[in-house]
Amino acid sequence: MATTVLEPAHATTARRSVLVEWLTTVDHKRVGILYGASAFLFFLMGGLEAEIIRLQLMKPDNHLVTPEFYNQLFTMHGTTMIFLAVMPISAMFFNFFVPLLIGARDVAFPRLNAMSLWVFILGGLFINFSFLLNAAPNGGWFGYAPLSSRQYSPGINMDFWMLGLQILGIASLAAGVNFFTTILNMRAKGMTLMRMPMFVWSVLVTQVLVLLAFPVITVALILLMADRIFGTSFFQLKAAGDPMLWQHLFWVFGHPEVYILILPAFGIVSEILPVFSRKPLFGYSAMVFSMAFIAFLGFGVWSHHMFATGMGPLADSFFSLATMLIAIPTGVKIFNWIGTIWGGSLQFKTPLYFALGFIAMFIMGGLSGVMHAVAPADLQQTDSYFVVAHFHYVLFGGSIFALTAGAYYWWPKMFGRMLDEGLGKLHFWLMLIGFNVTFFPMHFSGLLGMPRRIYTYPAGLGLGGLNLLSTIGALILAAGFLVFIYNIIRTWRSEEQAPADPWGGATLEWSIPSPPQEWNFAVEPEVHEKDALWAMKRAAGVRTLPEPPRVSGQGIHLPSPSWWPLSTAIGLLVFMIGILVRGPVSHAFPFGLISAAGFAIAAFSIFKWSYEPPDHHTSHIAH
Amino acid sequence: MTAAALPHDSAPAHEEHHSSLPVNNRKLAIWTFIGSECMFFASLITTFVIYRDSHATGPGPKDVLGVPLVTSGTAVLLFSSFFVVMALNGAQQGNRKKLLTWLSLTVLCGIFFAGMQVYEFTHFVRDGMGYTTNLFASSFFTLTGFHGTHVAIGTLWLGTLLKDAYKGKIPPEKALNLEIAALYWHFVDVVWIIIFPVVYLMSLGHA
Repeated sequence: MATTVLEPAHATTARRSVLVEWLTTVDHKRVGILYGASAFLFFLMGGLEAEIIRLQLMKPDNHLVTPEFYNQLFTMHGTTMIFLAVMPISAMFFNFFVPLLIGARDVAFPRLNAMSLWVFILGGLFINFSFLLNAAPNGGWFGYAPLSSRQYSPGINMDFWMLGLQILGIASLAAGVNFFTTILNMRAKGMTLMRMPMFVWSVLVTQVLVLLAFPVITVALILLMADRIFGTSFFQLKAAGDPMLWQHLFWVFGHPEVYILILPAFGIVSEILPVFSRKPLFGYSAMVFSMAFIAFLGFGVWSHHMFATGMGPLADSFFSLATMLIAIPTGVKIFNWIGTIWGGSLQFKTPLYFALGFIAMFIMGGLSGVMHAVAPADLQQTDSYFVVAHFHYVLFGGSIFALTAGAYYWWPKMFGRMLDEGLGKLHFWLMLIGFNVTFFPMHFSGLLGMPRRIYTYPAGLGLGGLNLLSTIGALILAAGFLVFIYNIIRTWRSEEQAPADPWGGATLEWSIPSPPQEWNFAVEPEVHEKDALWAMKRAAGVRTLPEPPRVSGQGIHLPSPSWWPLSTAIGLLVFMIGILVRGPVSHAFPFGLISAAGFAIAAFSIFKWSYEPPDHHTSHIAH
Repeated sequence: MTAAALPHDSAPAHEEHHSSLPVNNRKLAIWTFIGSECMFFASLITTFVIYRDSHATGPGPKDVLGVPLVTSGTAVLLFSSFFVVMALNGAQQGNRKKLLTWLSLTVLCGIFFAGMQVYEFTHFVRDGMGYTTNLFASSFFTLTGFHGTHVAIGTLWLGTLLKDAYKGKIPPEKALNLEIAALYWHFVDVVWIIIFPVVYLMSLGHA
């Protein structure tokens, strides 16, 4: 490699303060870490909400919290876990690893990427700020109108929800454009689409879903905002408004959204299984096409969330059949994962534990999903704890297990330290046991007739034992994550440096130092087949390549840090705050001024951003 | 070690980075964004179609919608798509006069259309059709209002490019800056080509 070994760094130029560096960063790796750190905090928040819900339901006729607060808890638990935890933790992996996996130095639009991050963080804080006013959203995570309209939700609670979700939607859409462009256009020489790592494929397909689904919920939220703030009647029965319109718009977004939550998990597991089986992924092209087919069908099944609304036999049959059809490509994926580990020389490391746990738990969630596809059966199960069990098996047993697998797998690359294997396995067993003890009994409490979102239940219905079991499971789950946090803290204190390639990896991120330097690749890689790093090792006739040197990086162009992404995000937040206070507060004071100020900040920032030169030379600012 | 010894590294990390597809990053991004916007307008148009007959109180489509004025606005918007192509052609040829002439005309068209919409909206309000009068009115104003916002943003965007062009900052190698704005502008026009018949022409067949 035509590069020099790093001289004592940070000597040439005065460094800006660390805080400013992080606030103005456009480095996809730092953006990824900020996504991950903030999303993990939101995840703990959502987890805490879940624990309080479980303690409230621990025994019959319990009054640990008030019914009003309980409504806020389940609404915020769902909203947080979907929009503030699983999506942005996935975004952490998109940000950090997509450029590394495709051999690029950054994403296509680094400043747009930073804007997505700040819009997400401010949006998440905006929604959660409502807790301080004791006015957290309380109308369920899907905000069914007209329940969510001013008439039935008079407080400021659902204003936080609908405005916060609009903010978060902008972050997702901007990231969608960015990653779609990055993956299609920034691949290393020779990396054709059908040589891309499966995780990159999953991100590409996920972004298509984001780009096509999020505009629809944006419109739904705009109509709800018009109803709540400006006095229209889009969902008001008295003015011939149609509540079904909300449900259709919401689920046209909402069903693709569940694939937005699970496809990245599929991608992560498809990276981990080959590495720890020492075998290439079984049925690569079948995996690609089945994922694309799942995404395509995902737009044709939304009404299976609405069987109970009485759409009639034709619509019910269509959506039943379309939903059952999704089991086929999903089954293809599961068989391919099993085919990958079949006959492999399995390395039983923590990431593999979680990946195997994912397959088993996701199959169980998938099976109850097929049960819901049968419309008459669904009428019995809908809005019961059976449904709660189902979607936790796919979203926790699926997404969270896979994201945790990804965290253990990629931790050394992100932070240059290995997480402890013993603690990792303890985390796995606590999580697997806790998860099943929590959610498996919910199948039974649901079929016994326990409705979801219920505040409490009388004794003598036979629900007490099952609920107590679920609560015990939830505490075991919490213990699992405490072990994870302890593992992180302990590892943080250790000085041990992870090697570039601790697992015998197949993909390009393992060819560069851990953690990667700012420019990722000192020399831009060239790819000749799938599993690029395995191919390089084969060509060199070695099992592990020599440790790559850290280089000075002089002469490499990098995107310049910028304040404008952050200030654009602040402008957007101020704009939404203006609308928020306009709702409940007297119209006498010109609250429109706040929104106007927010708009002005955002417009000015975008204008300055457009004329800011996008990159600099590393010899100007040394790192 | 100097940059000269690192031939691979002299390529910037983005923008002029080699593209895997034969299309520039920013052009691909605007196409992606346009694809996403299609779903946005599809949802708004659907909402309008569902509610266009919901006007038990207040005026309905036949009572307020005036075709001649909006037809002139439509024509102006359509012509502006042609004008911006001419402006782009001028930019690519390095023909400053051609660029400035046609781009000015495009911006004027945008201003005319936005002005027409403001006139139309105030007219409706004076005739007793406010935002909350009935569901027809609400969905009409939401749909055409969001389209109008897109026209206004596009006009502002093209206006800043006109300022750049006037200062000579859009040489042929930067014509892409105008091309991207033009793609967005064409999209705004195409959406109107759907909105105009659906809202103005077809609604007149309804009571």
